[in-house]
Amino acid sequence: MHKALHIKPELCTGCLQCEMACSFEHEGVFNPARSRIRIFEFEHGRYSVPYTCTQCAEAWCMKACPTDAIIIDHQLGAKVVQAEACVGCKACTLACPFGTVEFNPESGKVDKCDLCGGDPQCVTACPTSAITYIDADSTGIDRMRHWAEKTFVEATQ
Amino acid sequence: MSWQRQVLRVNLTTGICKPEPLNMAWAQEYLGTRGLATKYLWENMDPSADPMGPENVLIFATGPLTGTMASTSGRYAVVTKGPLTGAIACSNSGGKFGAELKYAGYDLLLIEGRSEVPVYLLIQDEKVTLEPADEIWGATVWNTEEWIRNKHSNPQLKVATIGVAGEQGVRYAAVINDLHRAAGRSGVGAVMGSKNLKAVATRGTRGVAVKDPVRFMEAANHAKRLLVESSGRAALTKYGTNEMLTTQQAFGGLPTRNFQEVQFEGADKIDGAAMLRTAEDGHRNLVTNKACFGCTIACGRIAHIREDHFTIVNRKEYWHASGGLEYETAFAVGSAVGVDDIDACTFTGYLTNEHGMDPISFGVTLAAAMELYEMGVITKDDTDGVELTFGNAEALTVMAEKTGKQEGFGKILGMGSKRMCEKYGHPELSMSVKGQEFAGYDSRALQGMGLGYATGNRGACHLKHDTFDADYNDQSGKGKAEPCKKSQDRQAAVDSTGVCMFVDWGIKDFAAQIDAACEGDWDAGRLFETGERIWNLERMFNLSAGFTAADDTLPDRLLKEPCPSGTAKGKVNELDKMLPEYYGLRGWTEDGRPTSETLERLGLS
Repeated sequence: MHKALHIKPELCTGCLQCEMACSFEHEGVFNPARSRIRIFEFEHGRYSVPYTCTQCAEAWCMKACPTDAIIIDHQLGAKVVQAEACVGCKACTLACPFGTVEFNPESGKVDKCDLCGGDPQCVTACPTSAITYIDADSTGIDRMRHWAEKTFVEATQ
Repeated sequence: MSWQRQVLRVNLTTGICKPEPLNMAWAQEYLGTRGLATKYLWENMDPSADPMGPENVLIFATGPLTGTMASTSGRYAVVTKGPLTGAIACSNSGGKFGAELKYAGYDLLLIEGRSEVPVYLLIQDEKVTLEPADEIWGATVWNTEEWIRNKHSNPQLKVATIGVAGEQGVRYAAVINDLHRAAGRSGVGAVMGSKNLKAVATRGTRGVAVKDPVRFMEAANHAKRLLVESSGRAALTKYGTNEMLTTQQAFGGLPTRNFQEVQFEGADKIDGAAMLRTAEDGHRNLVTNKACFGCTIACGRIAHIREDHFTIVNRKEYWHASGGLEYETAFAVGSAVGVDDIDACTFTGYLTNEHGMDPISFGVTLAAAMELYEMGVITKDDTDGVELTFGNAEALTVMAEKTGKQEGFGKILGMGSKRMCEKYGHPELSMSVKGQEFAGYDSRALQGMGLGYATGNRGACHLKHDTFDADYNDQSGKGKAEPCKKSQDRQAAVDSTGVCMFVDWGIKDFAAQIDAACEGDWDAGRLFETGERIWNLERMFNLSAGFTAADDTLPDRLLKEPCPSGTAKGKVNELDKMLPEYYGLRGWTEDGRPTSETLERLGLS
């Protein structure tokens, strides 16, 4: 069973510890500009929304890559950039509908979430559990339970 | 490492923007943020210079822990000579701007001179330019931030800016970053305005490295766990700083109606719990809590004003959520002016952010004006026809807007309470030290706080010392000098790290993180010594600027008028007993000057 990052924006305070942790894991320095997860804020900070790669089953970034630099980690389900094969053509950044593959001008290659080899550092760093790492087939279970309650329990009261 | 080892020097007179190496010997003596900027200020300007003149130097400073994974690592400080006081100003802010400046590669941004025309500074890593600001001169803080991001098609720019208050020299104008985080006090925004500098916008992609990453992460994680377990942290997360209003109301230290009283009958309508309360119609003032950069506390408040409230019913542009009440705002635009309307207080908070001014000094200045009005010293002829009585919520919001936009009586309020009260012949009504208004603690109920106010290097300030335990324990002047001095030194060091003072860590927890992140051996003792050095250098700046021991005082209201109620009923502040003891502990002469032995011991001679 693959696991997936599960994001609850309503718990996010916008502290960016996840962005620092991600860059620290991959670059060895604290540098949110190189983070593979990003927090977006709306309405004067009322909403803070973490966003990152969902590891599409049919990954367009992978299909678009002319050098087969993006491979599947079958154990995790992660789509991983092989830096030595990436030529920085940016085709994957165009192919990804969500914008979660980013070109890094310093390395001349692309960066994307690789689930940190199964121990995502954004999850460890998040102080409010807005980001968790759970079974991929249950990422919607909380929302289903919420709506089940709303549409049945509350409606019948 | 951890320092970027680079200062960006911007001369607005010549237009030259040039990086220079950080003086690492100074970094070892003064750490960062407050301390390091104080040293750079001392070395780069004449303390007797006009704070609003081109000779004043304006420094934005990050600390060694800014931008690291240490909790609350988003802090920076604006250090300059303050136009409200004429003393050294050091205003600390959170949000995301500070870390971004450091990621761009700079520990300090040092601004000198004065531009002929309005400009803003654009920093994108090594690319630094001065850009014309004529299109945004006169714009609000909120519009300026949006305009600059749009102009450069870069939503990732972080912006610190002034509003009209700063442009037009309101003596307590603030620098606001990230819409509602403020380098709030002492008029640092007016200095920016005097230099024709509208804003600083920055984007950094260089990252911050630490000396020993493994040891640093251990120390940072340990300190974060302490925060998770802390009950003080839990209260800040839930209620924000405005839980303090409940505490001060119960204790009898809540300044009310210009410090005539110490308890406010409307306290429970504007405190932290009131913000959390859901009304019958389902409206709640607090929308969510909010973190600054790197912060695992998230005491920030995002609030919403009732759309049918008189302040905004016809102003849809304020129907969105924005930064909500912190304790100091709640006291200054609440109890200090006798207003218990949470929506009016919240709206006033919005206005102080939007126009860029310090809500504490604004509220306490308005409180003095209300007292003058009730005494009959000023009338409706002075106040643009507004009935300036205590408790008038409409007067509060109208005057906040007039001050922010510098219209009518707002120009008088923009002078600050000291200048305003002197103008009307009643200097005794200004609740200030060295010209800076008090925060939300009455010095008769909290004696050590009074000593901290009186000796504060930036004038009355609640953030540069911590004597709460001693003050709650005993309400006399006895035994207050020692915790006051010690906590001032401690706080000066903490303020120089780049993390927030709201972490309730021991000094050794700070030392562990700094030692792992930075060159040099850092322990608790060295941090205390660094703090003491900083405190004394600030003092020397003020002495050179013309201040004397006579300025280390409190208004007669707190020294002579007995406390009217609460736990300190009948007491006055015992400054005359505390101050000589304090000078002695500091190693200062009877007239408040560091002795040559003290200066030598701290490496300041």
